[in-house]
Amino acid sequence: MIKEMICISCPMGCHLTVDATDINDIKVTGNTCPRGPIYARNEIIAPKRMVTGSVRVTGGKIPMASVKTREAIPKQLIFDCLEQLKTVTLKAPVHIGDVVIVDVAGCGVDVIATKEIAEA
Amino acid sequence: MIAKNLVIVGGGPAGLAAAKSAYDCGERDILILERESELGGILNQCIHNGFGLHTFKEELTGPEYAARYIDEVKKRNIEYKLSSTVIDISSDKVVTYVNSTDGLVQVKAKAVVLACGCRERPRGAINIAGMRGAGVFSAGTAQKLVNIEGYLPGKEVVILGSGDIGLIMARRMTFEGAKVKAVVELMPYSSGLNRNIVQCLNDFDIPLMFSHTVIDIKGKDRVEGVVIAEVDDKLRPMPETAQFIKCDTLLLSVGLLPENELAKNASVALSPVTGGAEVDDTMMTNVEGIFQCGNVLHVHDLVDFVSQESENAGACAVKYINEGAEKCEQVTIKCTKGVRYCVPHKLNCDDNFQSLNFKMRVGNVYKKVELTVTADGVKVYGKKRPVVTPGEMENITLNSQQIEQLKKAKEIVISLEGGQQ
Ligand SMILES: Cc1cc2nc3c(=O)[nH]c(=O)nc-3n(C[C@H](O)[C@H](O)[C@H](O)COP(=O)(O)OP(=O)(O)OC[C@H]3O[C@@H](n4cnc5c(N)ncnc54)[C@H](O)[C@@H]3O)c2cc1C
Ligand code: SF4
Repeated sequence: MIKEMICISCPMGCHLTVDATDINDIKVTGNTCPRGPIYARNEIIAPKRMVTGSVRVTGGKIPMASVKTREAIPKQLIFDCLEQLKTVTLKAPVHIGDVVIVDVAGCGVDVIATKEIAEA
Repeated sequence: MIAKNLVIVGGGPAGLAAAKSAYDCGERDILILERESELGGILNQCIHNGFGLHTFKEELTGPEYAARYIDEVKKRNIEYKLSSTVIDISSDKVVTYVNSTDGLVQVKAKAVVLACGCRERPRGAINIAGMRGAGVFSAGTAQKLVNIEGYLPGKEVVILGSGDIGLIMARRMTFEGAKVKAVVELMPYSSGLNRNIVQCLNDFDIPLMFSHTVIDIKGKDRVEGVVIAEVDDKLRPMPETAQFIKCDTLLLSVGLLPENELAKNASVALSPVTGGAEVDDTMMTNVEGIFQCGNVLHVHDLVDFVSQESENAGACAVKYINEGAEKCEQVTIKCTKGVRYCVPHKLNCDDNFQSLNFKMRVGNVYKKVELTVTADGVKVYGKKRPVVTPGEMENITLNSQQIEQLKKAKEIVISLEGGQQ
């Protein structure tokens, strides 16, 4: 099976040609850097995505803090992750890297803050 | 009137990088003026990831990328003023700003870096018929509402324009529980990054309709739906293809325009293609001592390139402050055959370079082409590309030997050779 795909590991968006005839030996061309083949293999075996969003903050200069999953999580868990985010309210101050949810949607990845928010 | 060596207008990634590099080149008398209540510019509302892979070798979100540069500026104790809007710049570099504590202040600068970003094209610029009900937003405004103010502008959404902000917002609104019914794009291609089409639309089965546009907006008090139609090859809507889509919100993502009112007041010559200034390889405009970088110069899709370009502008501004302008011949860089523009627009023949970076955009989608640079008809540089699109900026770097060849030329031409549309 030969598949065309676009590497989304960075905004370059390289066009990859992926030969997955042998699932144990997936061949990739068209990548600019080594992350391309890694992406292509994962996309065929177990697609993952980073999730970014925002959660409410009380007592801060800004009412919302942006957050992200520390790593990409399985694609099918995106909406479970988002549901859990809605239940969270942080208290200012918030620092980049603060853990917002431990082990989100049971997938072993934490959600962390991506914004500094000082107390109002 | 107060005096400053270097005034930087805008505290987004461009202004921050220019300030950092000016400081590192030895300049200490720097002032950054920022209209918003925090530094970081548009990155504060771009909470998605995809920033900084080239600069930091890791993938950051917008606020994280901004924080890195804000830290650098704070570490150096560079002076900045927030909630301070620059309202005028004269051609002799008097910068006028206002804020609620200082009132109206005039600063006489030796050099000015304009790093004020761009803004979205308003609805008025694209002329859609229909009622003016509530529920029509620019995509960037919606982004700010959702990400910073925590307010969802609607439940059923149609997005006009497939630029990056439109694509990112399609996913963002989906994440927040809205139903995005379609992204409608006038052109037969997207001006957004491929990765955004994959992870913002395809992942959620949101249809992307090329060669379509919105011809009518229904609903008196609140948008109740839009009428879309296919366009012909002259981009004229074909009425027989009209269809109604029920929605309560229309987001417009129809492009960004460099914010250049200030530059015009200072008699800076603007490029009709980019809307930004025409600069030489030091990022200086036609007005001595006024520099431009970042989105105000030309719209970038990658912030890494904004930072890189702006560091150059900061360094060159310091050189100008210390040594004055170079009085030398300039060669204009001409763009033809598919290449719409190139930054810089001009090359100073006296400058000495280890390497020089050119950024450009093409006017259409082309396959299997070679991006070439010629000096008086002789090929100096060529780069083969499997595909080029208007949505992705092309970037080439020439070495000192190649630049020497260019500097001797009467005419430098950048073009796309071979290939098909
Ligand atoms: C929605 C969106 C998504 C993006 N996604 C990505 C991505 O995934 N990856 C990536 O690498 N890049 C991305 N970019 C591109 C990147 O964010 C921009 O190229 C970059 O932010 C431009 O920086 P800038 O400093 O030129 O402009 P800005 O960030 O707009 O900063 C300009 C600053 O100048 C200030 N200003 C303007 N006028 C005045 C005045 N008169 N007085 C005082 N201050 C003033 C403004 O308030 C603002 O803070 C995205 C951009 C947008 C809009
Ligand atoms: S292959 Fe490398 S450079 Fe190309 S899109 Fe993937 S991560 Fe980016």
